[in-house]
Amino acid sequence: MKSKVIVFPGSNCDLDAYHLLKDVLNYRVEYIYFNQKKINNCDLIILPGGFTYGDYLRSGAIARFSPVMDAVIDFAERGGLVLGICNGFQVLTEAGLLPGALYRNNHLHFRCEKIYLRIENNSSPYTMAARKGDILKIPVAHGDGNYYADPRTLEKMERNNQILFRYCDSEGNISNEANPNGSLSNIAGICNKKGNVAGMMPHPERAGETLLGSTDGLVIFRSIFKSLEKGRIER
Amino acid sequence: MKPTARCLAAWKEENSLYYIAKVEVTLKKVVLDPQGVAVENALKVLGYNNASKVRVGKYIELTVEAEDSKTAAIQVEEMSRRLLSNPVIEDFCYTVQEAGG
Repeated sequence: MKSKVIVFPGSNCDLDAYHLLKDVLNYRVEYIYFNQKKINNCDLIILPGGFTYGDYLRSGAIARFSPVMDAVIDFAERGGLVLGICNGFQVLTEAGLLPGALYRNNHLHFRCEKIYLRIENNSSPYTMAARKGDILKIPVAHGDGNYYADPRTLEKMERNNQILFRYCDSEGNISNEANPNGSLSNIAGICNKKGNVAGMMPHPERAGETLLGSTDGLVIFRSIFKSLEKGRIER
Repeated sequence: MKPTARCLAAWKEENSLYYIAKVEVTLKKVVLDPQGVAVENALKVLGYNNASKVRVGKYIELTVEAEDSKTAAIQVEEMSRRLLSNPVIEDFCYTVQEAGG
């Protein structure tokens, strides 16, 4: 698996994603920069967390127009795997690669804690190594994670199985108390209709080593690996 | 006589004007505004019990160089749609005025 991690001005989880892919999982990984216009030889692009361009105007609004984004859009349109984590998720919604928007947490606080996620769909390339209903313990760290989509869009997403993760309690119950930011329908992560582009507010790259308190994030990257292997065999 | 490119550029520069655009961006009515709620609660604490429906938005001011106000307005509309607002959650409105001397 050849993966690339995009470095935007203000990215700060680029190192975490790189470290997990390279040192923990032994996958091939390279950085690419916000001003690059071409992306070659790649199976997976990760848009990492951080505060691109200081989150000025809106989170992800300025990064979305970085020169590299044309190449990302092109890659996504050709079916390439693109995963946005936290700020990366915000960049993908701003770019229109994922439906809906992420805005200020309903309680206005920055939330930095471990939360629980329930796998809602294990047929996507990002969740296929998990089982539906599995509960993952993964950290969140954001101020603008409140997911919104208009009712029509939400209904379409439900119908197309585009909701990958929902915030839940340790038992897997979906409740307001388990929702860290006011997200509509407890949505923590989604994918596009085709399933190749995904975004999530929690940080799986920070939950990949026992030392960090959880290894539950690994299943996301193992899923990606599995789906690419499967694609290779089918080809 | 046909104007040369340089001549045309000079004409345009001489005849273009500066316009001040004032853009307001607000969350759509159907989107909960957490900042608005917090401000409303604070106003109530101050005794303004008659204040309600507080919405917090953004105000953006910019200068546009254009041939006329219509051209400037078309551009400001496009800027607002593409970058200054996110149409999924926000509405915008703007005014365009010729900059004074």
